[in-house]
Amino acid sequence: MDYNNAELMTVNAARLLRDGDVVFVGVGLPNLACNLARRTHAPNLVMIYEAGVIGARPSRLPLSIGDPCLVSGATAVCSMYDIFSFYLQRGNVDVGFLGGAQIDRFGNINATVIGDYNQPKTRLPGSGGSMEIAGWANRCYIITPHQKRRFPEKVDFITSAGFLSHQKEREASGARGKGPQGVVTHLGILEPNENGEMILAALHPGVNIDMIQENTGWEVNISANLRETLPPSAEELRILREDLDPTGIYI
Amino acid sequence: MSKLHTLSEAIQKYVHDGDVIYAAGFTHMIPFAAAHEIIRQKKKNLTVARATPDLIYDMLTAAGSVKKVIFSYMGNPGVGSLRIMRNVIEQGEMEWEEYSHFGMISRLQAGATGLPFMPMNQTGAPSLEKANPNIKRITDPYTGAEVIVVPPLNPDVAIVHVQRCDKHGNSQIWGIVGEQKEAAFASRHVIITAEEIVEEDIIRSDPNRTVIPSIIVDAVCHVPFAAHPSYTQGYYDRDNLFYLAWDEISQSTEKIQNWLDEWVYGVKDRDEYWEKLGEETHNRLKVTPRMSSPIDYGDY
Repeated sequence: MDYNNAELMTVNAARLLRDGDVVFVGVGLPNLACNLARRTHAPNLVMIYEAGVIGARPSRLPLSIGDPCLVSGATAVCSMYDIFSFYLQRGNVDVGFLGGAQIDRFGNINATVIGDYNQPKTRLPGSGGSMEIAGWANRCYIITPHQKRRFPEKVDFITSAGFLSHQKEREASGARGKGPQGVVTHLGILEPNENGEMILAALHPGVNIDMIQENTGWEVNISANLRETLPPSAEELRILREDLDPTGIYI
Repeated sequence: MSKLHTLSEAIQKYVHDGDVIYAAGFTHMIPFAAAHEIIRQKKKNLTVARATPDLIYDMLTAAGSVKKVIFSYMGNPGVGSLRIMRNVIEQGEMEWEEYSHFGMISRLQAGATGLPFMPMNQTGAPSLEKANPNIKRITDPYTGAEVIVVPPLNPDVAIVHVQRCDKHGNSQIWGIVGEQKEAAFASRHVIITAEEIVEEDIIRSDPNRTVIPSIIVDAVCHVPFAAHPSYTQGYYDRDNLFYLAWDEISQSTEKIQNWLDEWVYGVKDRDEYWEKLGEETHNRLKVTPRMSSPIDYGDY
């Protein structure tokens, strides 16, 4: 069966969600992954959006994080202060999704700036809610294409915390969440080892270790239990293509 | 007491050169009409604060009204880069002050509730705290642990778009309520633009829906479609084609100027702007009704 990189990443991200998870969702691929999981193995997934929407059942792809389609049919709406405090800071969110321009060896993300902060070469959008999501969701997943420029050994600016320089440093930082538990790319999945270093845990069908190494900015360690992911199923692809993104905005 | 003003009068009266303004609404009900009026009145040296500067502050920047931006996510939501603001920052031509969303909203919360600062838990991310001296740490006097604190934000003016309000300024919002209440209570002056001005009885029939009370409102302006090109829940959809078009327009100084000439300087007010958009756009943005189930307050 033929599928593209966006479909491959979305399907693999969806499979990481557990039934009953409370997920802090962003627009784009995370939104697709959550809706796919809810229609397959996780019917009791609760989707929360940072604009202050709880239990959303969007009937279309949200155009932005504040799309009214998230509200119509949701279980609750609250202010931004409430969503970040009662829900995220208090520890009521199981999963957060993150993206960003750069991800480093310890899962730290830069979404702020390339070059000097005060004299930026490239000014990126900045944190939005990602600083709090990365700090406070029980577990986080990152979805990103696997390219060397996106995977430097160390990011210049830590917009949101992975494991900093070591698992112990994150523990000492006071962040309540467990940090990034998976980086889903179009080549495979990286997961943290006991030191908080992101190592290769799974390869997608047809991908070899050399391809991972060529596209990563550090020498990637390989898990002793390296897996191969199952290709997207016909049913997963049908839901994505026919129900969730019929006009192909994201996939 | 009626606080009804035309939008032009309200901007003239309450927005001054050098002010700090907060145009509220988290990608929903963004008060674009007010920003266009600020541009027409050629206000200068504004500090513009918003979690997401969005197209509204990109336009103000393009028109030369902005000295500084305070923000937490600078993008064209759902589309990509916010090109004009990004460009002036990369060229070193604009000041900026940056937070995470929760840091930004916590500043408003402190400002809105009269507190000297707002504490928040640590997130582990070190860089923004180093870059912005306003983000500080203090010791929790109860546990001895360190917490992050941010100072209050008290803008000179908040501009909030609402679905309906009465002539006194009692304002009801439904759908995404973002940071409108906090922005209004934090600010020295509040300008409301409303899709509909309704009788006080309508407001009193559903008091739970009132987000901003008349006592903090200075001006009430009846401005239907004031949030275009953003959404207003139950009234109209986002004009996504415009958000996409802005990505193209904002790449060229000439196109930006032409757009401002035609759509801001070239129209008298929002009514004329909306008429000019034309029937095809009006129809494209219509939404199908989806009524809530009535509730019973009881007659006591």
